[in-house]
Amino acid sequence: MTATPDTPSVQLGQARLRKEDARLVTGQTSWTDNLTQPGLLHVAFLRSPVAHARITGVDVSAALELPGVVAAFSGADFAAEQGSLPCAWPVTADIVLPDHPPMAVEEVRYVGEAVACVVARDSYAAADALEAIEIDFEALPPVLDMEAALAEGADLVHASKGTNKSFLWPFEAGDVGAAFDGADTVVTRRYRQQRLIPAAMEPRSVLCKPDGDSYTLWSATQIPHILRLMLAMTTGIPEHKIQVIAPDVGGGFGSKLQVTAEEVLALLLAKRLGKPVKWTEARSEGFQTTHHGRDQIQDIAIAADSDGRIRGLKVDLLADMGAYLMLVTPGVPILGAFMFPAIYKMDAYAFNCTGVFTTKVPTDAYRGAGRPEATFAIERILDELAAELGMDPMELRRRNWIRHEEFPYTTIAGLTYDSGNYEAATDRAYELFGYDALRAEQAKRRESGDPVQLGIGISTFTEMCGLAPSRVLGSLSYGAGGWEHASVRMLPTGKVEVVTGATPHGQGHDTAWSQIVADQLGVPFEDVQVLHGDTRVSPKGMDTYGSRSLVVGGTAVVHACEKVVQKAKVLAAHMMEAAEDDLEFSGGRFTVRGSAGPAATIQELALAAFAAHDLPDGVEASLDADSTYDPDNFSYPHGTHLCAAEVDTETGAVTLRSYVAVDDVGTVVNPLLVEGQVHGGLAQGIAQALFEEAVHDAEGNLVTSTMADYLLPSAADLPEFTTDRTVTPSTTNPLGTKGVGEAGTIASTPAVVNAIVDALRPLGVDDVRMPCTPERVWRALHEARPNGGENGREVRSATSLAADSADTAPPGARVDGGPDDGEGARR
Amino acid sequence: MPQIRVTVDGVRYDDQVEARRLLVHYLREQLGKVGTPVGCDTTNCGACTVLLDGLSAKSCSVLAVQTDGHDITTVEGLATDGQWHPVQRAFHENHALQCGYCTPGMIMATIDLIRENPDPTDAEIREGIEGNLCRCTGYANIVRAVRSAAAAMRAETAAPAHGGVPRQADAEPAAPAHAASGGAAS
Repeated sequence: MTATPDTPSVQLGQARLRKEDARLVTGQTSWTDNLTQPGLLHVAFLRSPVAHARITGVDVSAALELPGVVAAFSGADFAAEQGSLPCAWPVTADIVLPDHPPMAVEEVRYVGEAVACVVARDSYAAADALEAIEIDFEALPPVLDMEAALAEGADLVHASKGTNKSFLWPFEAGDVGAAFDGADTVVTRRYRQQRLIPAAMEPRSVLCKPDGDSYTLWSATQIPHILRLMLAMTTGIPEHKIQVIAPDVGGGFGSKLQVTAEEVLALLLAKRLGKPVKWTEARSEGFQTTHHGRDQIQDIAIAADSDGRIRGLKVDLLADMGAYLMLVTPGVPILGAFMFPAIYKMDAYAFNCTGVFTTKVPTDAYRGAGRPEATFAIERILDELAAELGMDPMELRRRNWIRHEEFPYTTIAGLTYDSGNYEAATDRAYELFGYDALRAEQAKRRESGDPVQLGIGISTFTEMCGLAPSRVLGSLSYGAGGWEHASVRMLPTGKVEVVTGATPHGQGHDTAWSQIVADQLGVPFEDVQVLHGDTRVSPKGMDTYGSRSLVVGGTAVVHACEKVVQKAKVLAAHMMEAAEDDLEFSGGRFTVRGSAGPAATIQELALAAFAAHDLPDGVEASLDADSTYDPDNFSYPHGTHLCAAEVDTETGAVTLRSYVAVDDVGTVVNPLLVEGQVHGGLAQGIAQALFEEAVHDAEGNLVTSTMADYLLPSAADLPEFTTDRTVTPSTTNPLGTKGVGEAGTIASTPAVVNAIVDALRPLGVDDVRMPCTPERVWRALHEARPNGGENGREVRSATSLAADSADTAPPGARVDGGPDDGEGARR
Repeated sequence: MPQIRVTVDGVRYDDQVEARRLLVHYLREQLGKVGTPVGCDTTNCGACTVLLDGLSAKSCSVLAVQTDGHDITTVEGLATDGQWHPVQRAFHENHALQCGYCTPGMIMATIDLIRENPDPTDAEIREGIEGNLCRCTGYANIVRAVRSAAAAMRAETAAPAHGGVPRQADAEPAAPAHAASGGAAS
């Protein structure tokens, strides 16, 4: 489409290249760690080397003697003012919510918790000085296993609380007892959602500059607005004295949806020293201290009739909180509560979630936050139910999913899905995948006993996102609302500044918002500047997470533009000597309806409003407008993902042969950005299925604490993706959009594991625990085979993870009793 | 402290550096070349990749003193006469970056990959950038970008007088300001 000045092209739906890229491909970036200030001091933290201990002494005096060191402090030095890190989502009235001092004072509860800090003239000197700090600990028992933690007489993470249980959150709808009693078949499974490390490429970093009694804090954060509020509430420094800036932020995936110890302490150090201070995490420091994600034990039971109709679903979750409750730690599994019924109709549903404390770094939001866990469990158990019934897994889904003519549909979990078309997405996915040919090949390989078996994995998912209607959040005990704010400023030259409260960290807000505004106001895409991420530039906002920016923040932009047009119309009518009702606005121009006469452009009106020489009485000298939008409902993207996996039954190696993702995210503003979000989401979901796991040893040390030990996939580890879309617009926002940031991650994990299990099911395998490494796949096959278990002897792997210690070993592994075997990990 | 003489992005620097100082910290903290970021501490992520005498090197695993007498190119030194390097253009045109933190290293690694193999297959591209991690893109568009950059650079070698044509020919006046003159890849 060619743009001309008179008829700007329609931007919505165009694959515009990103405005953001210019600085990113040339290195003109503003990562927090790139920033400096005159007299800047560098902070380093001494971190607990043990998972659980009472602190009996901290001596920083030797560190103070070292060159370049300006100050050194223990937790006790800040005990009076550091407060407790906030949890904004106490999910039940009787939740156990322990104090969480930013720097430990009396006790440490995970490896990596900050115990002391050094402030020095450069980062090398600060790191050196940590070595000189002496700490005395009295060891306490680590608490690592959720079920053991809940047992009678268990060692306690927080002794004063008398329990490791943080909360029990129940939900029940329909007559669950009747549903299960009356069903022909009940399938019960336990699934393990391993602990994951979000691992945004930019490490966390914070810089704080004092300015009299005010402070400016730059942070690699997703949530400058929430952070500012929480810093004020935590430290007592008044909110209006704190400015928070999120400059260029290099990915988040939930890990920067947090109020961290280091942010609070940077503020307090800047206040105490009267100098600007900066801290940037080392990667291995970050793996130990930036919150983790997932980590649930899921007991799930599904009841169905012999024709496949689902009667009921029961879910019992244990969710590992880690040592403390951080910003939304307890809320993550509760978001999942609403997603277990997924796209399926059923009579009854019961859910219980128990939050459990352990001596590990806290968990919190990681891409999808609760919804990937739920989607995994339901999509996995549907395959098990299909196998039990001898039914094609897609046919089972078809018989139970909400048909497109049934929308809007209120699920058993109480959500009202506004729109969707699962049939259309599935049909398209089948077409792209070549389903029948792959099934034929699978049959052939099975028949010939090919050592490389082929499996097909299905995931027909939906998710709730676009967080969130404030009233719903209130009913779930969340501490804030879910609205978003925008303002649109018409500059005298006709250029436009758009201020958004949604704070990007790689998504492409500048580009997408420019497209929306260009269409709404009829101005060129290039004439729009998007501003965000600084609480003084963008004073109101709820930031970016939960696939909310476009559906909530974008709607606020639309509404602000509508107000601008309305204000411009009053002025246009005055200038054109026409009645407002006779004017129409199109392509940036007001004209008298049905007349070929003169027009007034939005740019001319902006200048006229600025000059203010000839305004109607009572009309202000500005076209600018604000809007705060609170959504009525969540957004429910959905899709069908199909994965073909080759599994080598001799080595356990899994190769993804093809991956088809057909997503329905409603109306698309920019297909390039949508495709990019899907690709990245797929990579992270596939990584959970195949590669990633945060592993702790028996003392509570994070074994996978570096990028050398925690397997983030490289380009060589991932397949090409085939992506496409169906479009079923949302009916709850004016653009018809649905969220896309998390969809790929939510959908892909079960598609991959279902493919692996499908390949191996004839060999007796009905589950492989994630990540499905060659070792895990081999073990699953070995256990399933009648002559497995090394002639019946229990063997344990030299390389096995602590969590695996009861499993059997791969070929060549040392048997029980070797010096480095699993025994060491079970002390 | 040892004295070094290095050329970085075409400019000669004579500096005293601590013997233990990593090249990436020298670039960022002493020269202000913050376009090259640090993503890990185990040489796994590749975000800090630069060209050392034309070959890719992870600047977190090189000491500054080791570069005495050598030539370094960072992402900041790639554009010439206000025109982006074909690899920079290809990353932009193929939406091969989201947060952009891995991008400088990814671009530098790509330049070395194409130098070594001017016409790589997708599999060779995936193997070739294995030492550079990206958490946003799932690599799909990075592979496309490398492929298209390689094609552009081959075309350029074949016909140096003429540049490539930008892919998004319609309505892309949003060409970045400092590359605005660069309708064609240099």
